[in-house]
Amino acid sequence: MTSLKKQGVADAEHALHLLRQMLRVRRLEEKCIELYSAAKIRGFLHVYIGEEAVAAGVMETLAPGDAVVATYREHGHALLRGVSAGAILAEMYGHAEGCCRGRGGSMHLFDAATRFYGGNAIVAGGLPLAVGLALADRMAGRQRVTVCFFGEGAVAEGEFHESMNLAALWQLPVLFCCENNLYAMGTALGRSESQTDIALKAAGYEIPAWAVDGMDVLAVEEAARRAVEAVRSGGGPHFLELRTYRFRAHSMFDPELYREKSEVAQWMERDPISLLQGSMQAAGQLAEKDWTDLQADVAAEISTAVGFAENGTLEPVSELGRFVYSDRPDDGSAGSGGGPGHGETTGKGGAAR
Amino acid sequence: MKTTYREAMRAALRDAMQRDDRVFLMGEDVGRYGGSFAVSLGLLEEFGPERIRDTPLSESGFVGAGIGSALGGMRPVVEIMTVNFSLLALDQIINNAATLLHMSGGQFNVPIVIRMTTGAGRQLGAQHSHSLEGWYAHIPGLRILAPATLADARGMLWTALQDPDPVLIFEHGSLYNVAGELDDDAGAVDIDKAAVLRHGDGLTLVTYGGTLPMVLEAANRLAGEDIDADVIDLRTLRPLDAHTVVDSVARTHRAVVVDEGWRSGSISAEIAARICEQAFFDLDAPVERVCSLEVPVPYAKHLEQAALPSVERVMAAARRAVGANG
Ligand SMILES: Cc1ncc(C[n+]2csc(CCOP(=O)(O)OP(=O)(O)O)c2C)c(N)n1
Repeated sequence: MTSLKKQGVADAEHALHLLRQMLRVRRLEEKCIELYSAAKIRGFLHVYIGEEAVAAGVMETLAPGDAVVATYREHGHALLRGVSAGAILAEMYGHAEGCCRGRGGSMHLFDAATRFYGGNAIVAGGLPLAVGLALADRMAGRQRVTVCFFGEGAVAEGEFHESMNLAALWQLPVLFCCENNLYAMGTALGRSESQTDIALKAAGYEIPAWAVDGMDVLAVEEAARRAVEAVRSGGGPHFLELRTYRFRAHSMFDPELYREKSEVAQWMERDPISLLQGSMQAAGQLAEKDWTDLQADVAAEISTAVGFAENGTLEPVSELGRFVYSDRPDDGSAGSGGGPGHGETTGKGGAAR
Repeated sequence: MKTTYREAMRAALRDAMQRDDRVFLMGEDVGRYGGSFAVSLGLLEEFGPERIRDTPLSESGFVGAGIGSALGGMRPVVEIMTVNFSLLALDQIINNAATLLHMSGGQFNVPIVIRMTTGAGRQLGAQHSHSLEGWYAHIPGLRILAPATLADARGMLWTALQDPDPVLIFEHGSLYNVAGELDDDAGAVDIDKAAVLRHGDGLTLVTYGGTLPMVLEAANRLAGEDIDADVIDLRTLRPLDAHTVVDSVARTHRAVVVDEGWRSGSISAEIAARICEQAFFDLDAPVERVCSLEVPVPYAKHLEQAALPSVERVMAAARRAVGANG
C-alpha cells in the first residue's frame, strides 16, 4: 500500500498537487478564524484544521458527475470539490455573491454545479439524503457515486443505522466516509458508543468497511480510490473510517475543557501537511523553491478570495422571501409566488388595518 | 363512473406512474401487503418492485432517501402509514425538505410528494388518531394538501408531482371508503384555491379533509332551519387561500371553522385570525370554532366521539353564530 511510511512518493507531481489541496484548505480556514476574530464573519464556525487529508484524499478520486454530501464542518469539502474560495468566503460574509446568496452561511454551503449537497447542521441528517441521491442514480441507470462525509458523533443517531441498512439492503452506490476525530464536541467516542470500532459497525450491515490512517493523505486516497471504483462498478455501498483529529476547538465558542493539551500536541506531530511535506523533502521531491512557490500561490488565492468577499454586495431585503418556494413564472398571483408575502393573502378586509 | 376515495387515489398513482418514469412509490408495506390502507393494492404486480418499493420500518431513513432521490432527479411519492409515524421523520421533512431550496440560495429543489393518513374516528387510540396537518402547515417551504373529495383524491397527486417543491398530502382515514360519482375523464386539479362547495348567505362554514362530509351534512340540516350556509373546503392548508374565506365572510358576516385538530395553536386559530385581520368590520358575530377536545384521542367509542367534532356541534356553533346578532 502506498503510504507516507514508505520513503518517497511514487508520483512527485501528484504529491505536490495533494499538498497544495491540503494547504488551500488550511490557509482558507486560518483566514476564516482571522476574519471571525475581526467580526467580519459571524454565526457558528467549525474548522477542519488537522483533518485536511481526508477531504483531499477522497475528493481526488471522484468524477465530475459524482455527488458529495457533507456536514457543518465542510469548508474544505466545498473547496476541494470545486467551489471557489471566493464564493465560500462571500457566503460567510452573508453576501449575495456567496455560493448560497447569503442564506446558508458557514454550515450550509451548497453548489449545484459541482453536485455539492451541503452543508448540513443536523448531525446525521445528510446520510439519508446520500442514500436517496444514490437511489436516484441506481434507478436512472447512471454510473455515479455519492460520497457522504460525517463525524463519528453521527454514528449514535438512528439515521446512521437506518441509512446503513437501506444502502446495503438496496445495494446503492454510496461511499460513507466517517471522519473519526474522536470527539463529538466534548464527548469522547468511548463515552458515547458501546462499540467504538466504527468500521466493525458498518460491517455489521454487510457493508465492506476499512479503517484508514486519516492523517496520511496517500493512504486515504488509495483506500478511497479502491472503494469508489468498487462502488461505481456496482459493488454496493462501501465504508471508510478515517482516523483523524481536529487540532482546533470544535467551534469558535469552545473552551476545550474536555481534552489535554498534551494529547492535541501529540496529534499535531502527525499534521497531514507536514507529514507529506516531510516525506517529499526527504525523498528529494520538494525543492525549497517549490514549497515557497506553493505557499505564495495559495496565499494569493486566499487573498483574492477575501477581496472578492469583502467587495461583495448585500442581497436586497426585498429578496428575503425568495427560495422558500420556487419561483413560478407563469403565475404572479399571491398564494403561489415566491415573494415575501407568500402564503399571505390580503383579501378585501385589508382596509381594516 | 362510480368509485371510492381509495380507488381514486390508486388511479391517481397509476396514472402518475404511467405518465412519468421518474415517479415511484416508496414506503412501509406499499408493495406486497398492498398498502396498509390498500391504496396501492395491485400496483406492485403492475409496476414491479423497483417502482413500488417496500421499505423497512425507518421513517427518517426512507423519507430522507426520498428527499435525496428528488434532489437526484426522481419524482418520489413517499407513503407514511399515518401522520403519527411521520414524527420520526420530522428532521428530514422540516430540516431538509422544507429548507434546502432556501439554504442553497435557490439551487436545490426538492420535488417530493409525501402522502400520509391522518385523523380519528376508528377507535385506534391516541397513537393512531391525531390530526397534525395543522402543525405541518406552520412550516414555510412545504405545501400542505388535504383532499376531501373524490375529485381531489383523483386529481391532487398529479398537480403535486408537477410542483417543484415538497408537497405533503393528508388523507383522512375515514374517507377511503367514501363512494360516489367521478367524471370518467377526471384528472389533475388546481391546488391553489379553496372550493366553495355549497352556497348560502346565512353564514360561512370553513373546513377541510375528513370533517367535510360532516360539515356538508350539518349545512343540509341547517337549511331545514332556514340557515343557509356557504361551505368552504380549504383543500390546501399552506399556502392558505384566505381570499375565498374572506370573500365569503364579507357576504355572510358569520363564520364557523371546523377542524379535527386541537383548538390551541391550530389551523383553525390561523383561519380565525385571518378573518379578524382581513374581515373584522364585516363580522356580525364572533368567529366560532369546532375542534377536537384537548385530550389525546381516547379509545372507547363514546369518549372518542365526544372528543371529535360532530354534526351536532357544528350545528350548535352555527346557531350561536346566527343568533348572536341575528
Ligand atoms: C441532531 C443534532 N444534535 C446535536 C447537535 C449539536 N452538535 C453539533 S456538532 C456536534 C458533535 C458532532 O460530532 P461529530 O459528528 O463527531 O463531528 P465533528 O464535529 O467531530 O466533525 C453536536 C452534538 C446537532 N447539530 N445536531
